[in-house]
Amino acid sequence: MLGLIVLLTLGSVWVALPGTTLDVGGFKERHPIREGLDLQGGLQVLMEARPADGGSVDKSTLDGTRDTLERRVNALGVNEPLIQTRGGDQIVVELPGISDPEQAIAVLQQTAQLEVVDPAGYSLAAGMQVQTSLGQQREAQNAAATPSPVASPASSPAPSATAAEGEVGPVLGAVTPTPTAESNANGPVFTTIISGTDLKDAYATTDQTGAWVVAFELESGAAEKFYDYTSQHIGQQIGFVLDGTVISAPVLRNAISSQGQIDGMTATEAQNLALQLKAGALGVPLEVVSSQTVGPSLGQDSVDRSLIAGIIGLGAVALFMILYYRIPGMMAVLALLIYTAITLALYKLIPVTLTLPGIAGFILSIGMAVDANVLIFARLKEEIRSGKTLPRAIEAGFDHAWPSIRDSNISTMITCAILYWFGQFTGATIITGFALTLFVGVAVSLFTAITVTRTLLRIMVDSGMIRNKWWLGIGRVEMQALAGD
Amino acid sequence: MEHIASRRNTWFAISAALLIPCILALAIHGLNFGIDFTGGSAWEIQYTDSVDTEDIVSVLAANGLPNSRVQQVGGDSEHRYLIRTAEIREGSAEKQKLTDALATLGTLNPSGESLNTVGASVGNSIRNRSVLAVAAASVGILLYIAFAFRNTQRPFLYGIAAIVAMLHDALIVLGIFAILGWLFDVEVDALFITALLTIIGFSVHDTIVVFDRIRENLVNRAANSFEDIVNYSIAQTLVRSVNTSLTVVITLLALYLFGGSSTKNFVLALLIGVIAGTYSSIFNASQILVAWETHEIQNVFNRILRRRQTPSTTTRAA
Repeated sequence: MLGLIVLLTLGSVWVALPGTTLDVGGFKERHPIREGLDLQGGLQVLMEARPADGGSVDKSTLDGTRDTLERRVNALGVNEPLIQTRGGDQIVVELPGISDPEQAIAVLQQTAQLEVVDPAGYSLAAGMQVQTSLGQQREAQNAAATPSPVASPASSPAPSATAAEGEVGPVLGAVTPTPTAESNANGPVFTTIISGTDLKDAYATTDQTGAWVVAFELESGAAEKFYDYTSQHIGQQIGFVLDGTVISAPVLRNAISSQGQIDGMTATEAQNLALQLKAGALGVPLEVVSSQTVGPSLGQDSVDRSLIAGIIGLGAVALFMILYYRIPGMMAVLALLIYTAITLALYKLIPVTLTLPGIAGFILSIGMAVDANVLIFARLKEEIRSGKTLPRAIEAGFDHAWPSIRDSNISTMITCAILYWFGQFTGATIITGFALTLFVGVAVSLFTAITVTRTLLRIMVDSGMIRNKWWLGIGRVEMQALAGD
Repeated sequence: MEHIASRRNTWFAISAALLIPCILALAIHGLNFGIDFTGGSAWEIQYTDSVDTEDIVSVLAANGLPNSRVQQVGGDSEHRYLIRTAEIREGSAEKQKLTDALATLGTLNPSGESLNTVGASVGNSIRNRSVLAVAAASVGILLYIAFAFRNTQRPFLYGIAAIVAMLHDALIVLGIFAILGWLFDVEVDALFITALLTIIGFSVHDTIVVFDRIRENLVNRAANSFEDIVNYSIAQTLVRSVNTSLTVVITLLALYLFGGSSTKNFVLALLIGVIAGTYSSIFNASQILVAWETHEIQNVFNRILRRRQTPSTTTRAA
């Protein structure tokens, strides 16, 4: 048992040590301590789906939307972003350590509805505001509902589709369209052929000639629909519309079913268009319902303060334990240090996102870990007073203390589970972080109190180090009483 | 040792004396719900020099936010101000306009800024789910205790006594925060609910340790009457209860005194709850068991019921 404890302790200390001290094979580098938003600063946005038809969103649409947001966020180059669906219609995005929250929000808000429309003989150009059949439906819905500030692509940098007439190869070729006066705000309503949900993927790449193109892929159902349309309109223009703005209006070269290309642009333009197509692939418009930004210096300040508070708290508890329980108190403090190492290691491995309340939860769990030891020692004293020998008293003390340790800790774990569930709903990792740290803490304390403290005490007794019962915190008068028995 | 169990009416009276102002404050003033529940924005800004809060309020009012509340937070040398106002959206033109206007008062430190915006609909659902969370926790704990004490005569009595003691603790924390909200404008946020749920857990944790002793002493027939068994059990666990609370109070005090300002109220709620929880596990939960076993609680209910009936039908049963 002692060997196991020593191994576990060494392993935990190794994992828990900060930085890449004694790192082997990059293991520690892959398991850093995760700091929550409130500790390292950053942005958290909670968005709610507002489906165009006013109905509810199905799970696959929401999941698809989340995936799209994830690709977008990854393009921003944020470390450890968190994008999760919450409940049936919400997505929470956390971008820790981001320096410019305004830009990040702008990128998220660009997410809008993509449509491919039939120009019906009109000439379309990038940047034009147009009305679409799907857009009309949506407006009617929005007018009925509350006016929602749905993400607007106010500053969407539409890539100009101006390019040289394509040669052979590409399926679609961008042309320089000539805008006509007919396409004003109150002009024609264009028919939507396919929309963002039908788009599977879009990416910037180069064709055989080395020119930049945007390749896209459609879902199978939409591919059929698209083929029907494109096969009848070869040589005509087709319009890519993002939230009512034309972003590209190339001319059809061939019929397209599931895969196609848009050519005639620079590398930057291709990448921007690919990003916009993917963003447009959000099947459902999103509204920002709550957001939280924390400045980086504010977070650092909190870390420092909590660290100091933690060290002072731990020190004071250790002092109290040693003064009151003497040798067992020292064993308990040692067990507490092992407990701290194991818990921190688990935080890194699970991983638990450490937030400010999370640190509070950890410190609270230290208090509860001590409680298990206090319970055992109180029992130990009683058993000794009742005349048992030391080794027998230790065993009896642990056995009798166990039911109350078990029952009380399980009730705390029940609370943690409910807290975790509550946190999932409120969209606050702050609360889930607290629940998770407290749960892990309580679980580990069950282990350390029963195995570590017990083993350490047994070793002390077996080695004959504790001869005098005073070391166990039993007063002189009581000792005389014992001697008299 | 003082006979704790026989003086149960004194302990109940002390609890009642604490609970009455708490319940009054809750009934009259209620809690000061923060933006987590009502929707709106909490915007913390940091200047490089001291700025008058009144000036911030008037700048905000001039820019379309008439009912803002501004408060200095953190240390005096930190120049941090917390603005509580209607919804401001991150990245919006409105926020940029406000930032520009506030920058006329002094130099702003962008890295010391935080903005928390909650939509009104989200706030409402948090409030509903908080109630649900507390209810779910209570039921979960009640069932677990009834299960853990299934070998005793009245497993649910233990569960109910623990829940009553827990509600006592929760009410005291809620009441004190209602009073703090009344006098010092202290707000209640989602973190407060977290604290409340933790207190519930801790309160029951503490109560179970005492109950566990009672269960054991009942099996061992450690004393003649139930009252004496409870008293003996409390005496046995008293040192442990006080020591445990002390260690938790020590750590919480360290957090309160040296920790960050954003968790101050959270830690304060925990502190009050832990102290109340220790009191109630010794002086309420176990005493409820005794009062039930001696039929005192039943008699009180009977008397109330009898008074409701017409006086002519009053017959005194033995």
